Amino acid sequence: MSLSLIRTVLLTAFSFCSAARSLSTSVHLQAQGNVSGVMLTCEKWKMPIPFSQYNSKSKKTLAKPGVKNIVLVDGVRTPFLQSGTTYADLMPHDLARAALQGLLNRTGLPKDAVDYIVYGTVIQEVKTSNVAREAALGAGFSDKTPAHTVTMACISSNQAMTTAVGLIAAGQCDAVVAGGVEFMSDVPIRHSRKMRKTMLSLNKAKTLGARLSLLGSIRLAHLSPELPAVAEFSTAETMGHSADRLAAAFGVSRLEQDEFALRSHTLAKKAQDGGMLSDVISFKVPGRDIVSKDNGIRPATMEQLAKLKPAFIKPHGTVTAANSSFLTDGASAVLIMSEEKALAMGYKPKAYLRDFVYVSQDPKDQLLLGPTYATPKVLEKSGLTLNDIDVFEFHEAFAGQIMANLKAMESDWFAQTYMGRKTKVGAPPMEKFNTWGGSLSLGHPFAATGCRLVTTVAHRLQKEGGQYGLVAACAAGGQGHAMVIEAYPQ
Amino acid sequence: ERETRLKFICDCTAGVMSSTGRSAFFSRTHVNYEIKGDVAVIRMNDPSVNTLSVQMQREMTEVMDEVWGNSAVQSVVLISSKPGSFIAGADLNMIQACTTAEEVTLLSQEGQKMFEKIEKSPKPIVAAINGSCLGGGFEFAIACQYRIATKSKKTVLGCPEVMLGLLPGAGGTQRLPKMLGLPSAFDVVLTGRSIRPDKAKKMGLVHQLVDTLGPGLKSPEERTIEYLEEVAVEAARGLAKKQIPLTKEKGLMQKIQDYVMSYPFVRQQIYNTVQKKVMKQTKGLYPAPLKIIECVKAGLEQGPTAGYLAESQNFGKLAMTPESKALIGLYHGQVTCKKNRFGTPEKEVKALAVLGAGLMGAGIAQVSVDKGIHTILKDTTLEGLSRGEQQVYKGLNDKTKKKSITTFERDSFLSNLTGQLDYNGFNKADMVIEAVFEDLSIKHKVLKEVEAVIPPHCIFATNTSALPIKDIAAVSKRPEKVIGMHYFSPVDKMQLLEIITTDKTSKDTTASAVAVGLKQGKVIIVVGDGPGFYTTRCLAPMLAEAVRVLQEGVDPKKLDSLTTGFGFPVGAATLADEVGIDVAAHVAEDLGKAFGSRFGGGNIEFLKSMVDKGFKGRKSGKGCYIYQPGLKRRDVNTEALEILESYKLTPNAAISSDSDIQYRLVSRFVNEAVLCLQEGILANPVEGDIGAVFGLGFPPCLGGPFRFVDSFGADKLVEKMRKFEEVFGNQFTPCQLLLDHAKDPSKKFHK
Repeated sequence: MSLSLIRTVLLTAFSFCSAARSLSTSVHLQAQGNVSGVMLTCEKWKMPIPFSQYNSKSKKTLAKPGVKNIVLVDGVRTPFLQSGTTYADLMPHDLARAALQGLLNRTGLPKDAVDYIVYGTVIQEVKTSNVAREAALGAGFSDKTPAHTVTMACISSNQAMTTAVGLIAAGQCDAVVAGGVEFMSDVPIRHSRKMRKTMLSLNKAKTLGARLSLLGSIRLAHLSPELPAVAEFSTAETMGHSADRLAAAFGVSRLEQDEFALRSHTLAKKAQDGGMLSDVISFKVPGRDIVSKDNGIRPATMEQLAKLKPAFIKPHGTVTAANSSFLTDGASAVLIMSEEKALAMGYKPKAYLRDFVYVSQDPKDQLLLGPTYATPKVLEKSGLTLNDIDVFEFHEAFAGQIMANLKAMESDWFAQTYMGRKTKVGAPPMEKFNTWGGSLSLGHPFAATGCRLVTTVAHRLQKEGGQYGLVAACAAGGQGHAMVIEAYPQ
Repeated sequence: ERETRLKFICDCTAGVMSSTGRSAFFSRTHVNYEIKGDVAVIRMNDPSVNTLSVQMQREMTEVMDEVWGNSAVQSVVLISSKPGSFIAGADLNMIQACTTAEEVTLLSQEGQKMFEKIEKSPKPIVAAINGSCLGGGFEFAIACQYRIATKSKKTVLGCPEVMLGLLPGAGGTQRLPKMLGLPSAFDVVLTGRSIRPDKAKKMGLVHQLVDTLGPGLKSPEERTIEYLEEVAVEAARGLAKKQIPLTKEKGLMQKIQDYVMSYPFVRQQIYNTVQKKVMKQTKGLYPAPLKIIECVKAGLEQGPTAGYLAESQNFGKLAMTPESKALIGLYHGQVTCKKNRFGTPEKEVKALAVLGAGLMGAGIAQVSVDKGIHTILKDTTLEGLSRGEQQVYKGLNDKTKKKSITTFERDSFLSNLTGQLDYNGFNKADMVIEAVFEDLSIKHKVLKEVEAVIPPHCIFATNTSALPIKDIAAVSKRPEKVIGMHYFSPVDKMQLLEIITTDKTSKDTTASAVAVGLKQGKVIIVVGDGPGFYTTRCLAPMLAEAVRVLQEGVDPKKLDSLTTGFGFPVGAATLADEVGIDVAAHVAEDLGKAFGSRFGGGNIEFLKSMVDKGFKGRKSGKGCYIYQPGLKRRDVNTEALEILESYKLTPNAAISSDSDIQYRLVSRFVNEAVLCLQEGILANPVEGDIGAVFGLGFPPCLGGPFRFVDSFGADKLVEKMRKFEEVFGNQFTPCQLLLDHAKDPSKKFHK
C-alpha cells in the first residue's frame, strides 16, 4: 500500500468527512505496518494556521449594554505531576495553597482585596472537606475572606469560575479567586461498611463485655477496605470502559486514538519547550526540589503506542493507558474581577469571561459527550458560529472521547436524532484545537483542569491574536460545560 | 487494498462484478455472506424470525459449501442481521408438521449431520451472538469453534426444549457434557433455563463478551451488531492464524472434576442422583428429562455413535408424546395471550393508582413501577401503607441481589411510587385498580369515593376473585369504565391476569386494561362476568371435592400427593392453605349460593370451624398444615384433623381408589371449565387452558382442561363422571358441551 494512500485516509479521517466512518479495521491493520507514514501526517498537525480577521466575525464584541463586563485578570497553576511522584507526601490543601500563593505573587494582589474564594475538588480529603477555606487560610489570605468548595467532577473549577462570575454579575463581589485542586497520590480508603458500623457501635458500648462482644464480631471479611473508583455511581461502569464503548459507538479506531494522543504529547512538548505554558508557576515542594514543569509529557512513537494492550475492555478494546489521561496531582487558580475594579486597581485584564452553559445527558451511553451538547448551545447563546472561534480548548479525558465528540459534532444524523437540532454544529478545525497540548499530555487533576483551559485560551488568544475562544469539557455523571472567552483588547 | 476493494464490491449489492456468489446471493432470502479479506461473514436474516427452518438449513448448507470451497477464506463468522435474535430455535411448525416419530428423527439427524460438519470445519467458525440464542440456535453455536456474545439484555443462551417436552435434538445432549462437564450440562439441559451472557462466559459456554453500544453515528442496535461483527472478524483471523488458542487451559477445579468423572462409578452415581431428582420433581409425568438423561448416558458410556442415535430417536419419540403436544400448545397459547386482541387503547395509561396496600395491591404496584408507570399506592392506615411499600421495596431489592437489575434501576423504579393515605393526585390518574377487602359494601364505598375524584377518562378496575363485576359496577355513574382485573398472588411471580368485562364495559376500557396487563408482563385471558368468572369458578368445585375427600378420612399429605401425582404443581390441601381457608370458605359460600348444589361436596361448616379456630392457612401460621418461619418441613395440623373428626364421612369404596379420587377432583374442574366455554364466559379453549395452567396450576403436562379432554377423550371422562354421579348426584353431571364431544369423537377443542 502506498504511503500517499495512508496519508489521504488519515487526513480524511481528521477532517471528519462522512468518509471517516469507512476508516475500517482493514485500513487500521494495514497502516500499522507503516509507521513512518503516520509520523509524517502527525508532523502536519503541529503547524498552527494564522487566524481569520476580526471584521469577519458575527459580532464585534459580546459586551451587552447593562451587563457587567467580567474579566480574567490572570491565571496560574502548579506543575501537573503524575500522581505518586514529587507531590506524593503532600495534602490537597498544600497544592491548593501553592496555586493561591502563586496567583498572589503573579498579580501582586493585596490579600485583603479578595472578596471571596471558590475552589473545586473531586476526591475529597475528609480532613479538609472545605479545602477552599483551609487552603486560603494557609496561603495567608485574610481570615475575613469567606471561601467555599464546589464539586462537579471534571468541571469543578469551571463551576468555581462561573460561581465567581455569578457573584460579580449579581453585584455581591468585585474580586473573586477561583480554582481547583486534585490530589490522586493519596485518596481516602475506607474500612468496609460492616467494620465502620462495628467501630461506631464500639464508641457507644459502655461495658467491657459489650466492647469485647463487638470486637469478637469482627470477621476477616470486615477488614477488606473500600477503594474509591473512577466509576459512575449510577451505572457502576468505570469511565475508561465507557470511553471505550463510546469510541466503538462512533467507530473511532485504535489508530485514530493513538494518533490523537501522540498529537497531544507532541504539541504539549513543543509548547513546553517554546515557553508557552506561562501559567505554570514553580513550586518548592517541602523536603523535595523545586518543581517547575509538568512531568507527564512523553511524545512516543506510534510503534510504542501500538504495543500497549487495551486497559479496560479486553481483549478487543481500543482505549489504552497511553491514549487516556493519567492520574494527576495539581492545582490551579484564577483571579476574576469586574472590569471596572480591575482597571481601577491598575490591572490589564487578559480576557472577558462571556456566556457559559452546563449540560447533562445519559450517564451510561453518553457519559463523555458533554462538549458535543454544550458547544452549539453556548454558541447560540452568544450569537456566534463555529467559524467565529479562533481558539478551541477541549478537555481531553480520552483520545477516544475527543474523537467521538468530534465525530458527533460533525454528524447531522446525531444532531437530529439526539440533540433535537436541524443540522450539525460542525467539528472545530484541528489547527485551532488544543494546539498547546491537552489533558492527555499535560495531565488532568480533575478539579484543576477547568482553570487551565480558560487560562490557556486567554494566553493563546493573546499570543495568536484571535478574538474569541471556546472552552468545552465533559464530566462524570454525564455532564458537560462550555464557555466563550473574548480576548481583552491589547 | 484488495480488502478495501472487495468490501466495496460487496457493499454495492447492485454488483457489477461477475462473481460465483452473485446469482446465489440474489436467490437466497434467509442466509447471505460477504467475504472480508480472508474471513467469510455469514449473515442470517429470515424475513420473519431466525429459526432453523427448512429454508434456513438449505441455504446455510449451500453457503457453507461455498465458503469451504473458497480457498481465499481462512475463517468464518456466523452472525444474525436481526437485532433481537441470533437464532430463536428450531422451527416448531416443522416438527409439528411431522406425523410420525421417524420423520422427526430424520429431522434431528439432518441437524446432527449439519452441525457435525460445522464442528469439524477445517476453517474456524466464530458464532457472533446478539439476542436470543436458544434451542437449535444454541446447538448451532456450540458446534462452532468459538463464541462471542454481546452483553445485551436480549442476549440469552440455553436449550428450552425440555420445557416443550422435547430434548436438544441436534447434538446438544452430546456436546454439552463435553464442554461443561456432567453436572453443569445436566443443569443446563434439564432445567432449560436461559443463561445470561456474563454467566455463559463464566461457565465457558462463551469465549468473549462484547459490550452493547450507545448512540453513535448509527442507531445503537445497528452499530452494536456491526461492532460485534468487527470483533468477531478479528477473532476469526486470530483463530485462523493460531494466535488465539482453540482449547483453553483447564483450571485446577476443572482438572479435578475431569479426573473424578473418569471413573464410571462416579458417573453412575451422578446419573442416579439426577434421575432421582427428576422423578421427585416430575413424578414421572414428564418423559423428556428422563430421555435426556438416557441420551447423555448413551453418549458418554457407549460412544458418540450410540449417543447421537439415542438423541435423534428419542427426539422423534418425544415429539409424538401428548406431553410435548400439550406443552407446545401452552407455548403457542401463551404467545397468543401476550397480544391485545382489543386493539390499541385511545389513551395510554401513564398514571396508575392502586387502592389498598395489601399483598395484592403492593404486588400490582411493584409490577407497574418497574415498567415506568407512575403509581400511587393508597391505603387507609399508615401501618398498612408502610407494609405495602416495604413489600415493593423488597421485591425490587431482591432483584438487585440476583443482579437482574442494578441498585440505581431499583431506585429509579421506586421513584415512580407514591405512597399516601388520601386521594391526592387521583384527578390525574388514567386508571385506578382497587384491591381492597372482598366485601361488596366496601367495594361500593370505594368506587363512589374514587369516582368523585377521578377524571372522566379514568378507568376503574376492580381486583376481585369472585364478586361479580356488574354487582360492583351497579353503583357506578360510568359503568362503561368499570372492569375486573383479577391478579393472582404473589403478583410479581404469577404470570396470569384474568380480565373480566361486563355487558356495559366498553371495548376501549378492555383494550386499556389488557394494555396495562401486558405492560406489567402478564399473560392475559379476557372472560365474561359471572360469579367466580372463569378461574375461581373452576377451582371452587375442585376444592369442594378436596374438602369432601378430607372428610372421608384422607390425610392432607395423601391428598397433596394424589394431586401432585396427577401433575398439579401444588397439592390441593396446600393450595387451600395458600389461598386462605377463610377466602376458600367465603368463595365456596358465595358460589354455592349462585350455583346451588352443583358446587356442593365438602361441608362449608368445616371450613368455617377452621376459620373460627384461627386456622386460616399459611398467612395465620396454621391451616391444614403448621407453618413455622424458617422451617421448610411442614407438619399436618393435628388440631385441624380433630375438627375433621366431627365432619367425618364414610367413603364409598367403589369410587375411592387413588385414581378415583384424582378423577373426582379433576373432572369437576374440567367440567366447570367446559361449561364456562359453553356459557360464553370463555371466549375460546386456548384462554381456558392458559388460565387454568398459569393461574391455577392445572397440570402443564396435560396442557389445560380442554387439551386434556381432547387427549384423554371426552367419552372416557363422561364415563367416569357418570360413575361418580351415581353416588354424588349433579356435582358430576357432565355439561352439554362435554356430552357433545363425548358423542362425536371427531369434535376437538384444539384442531
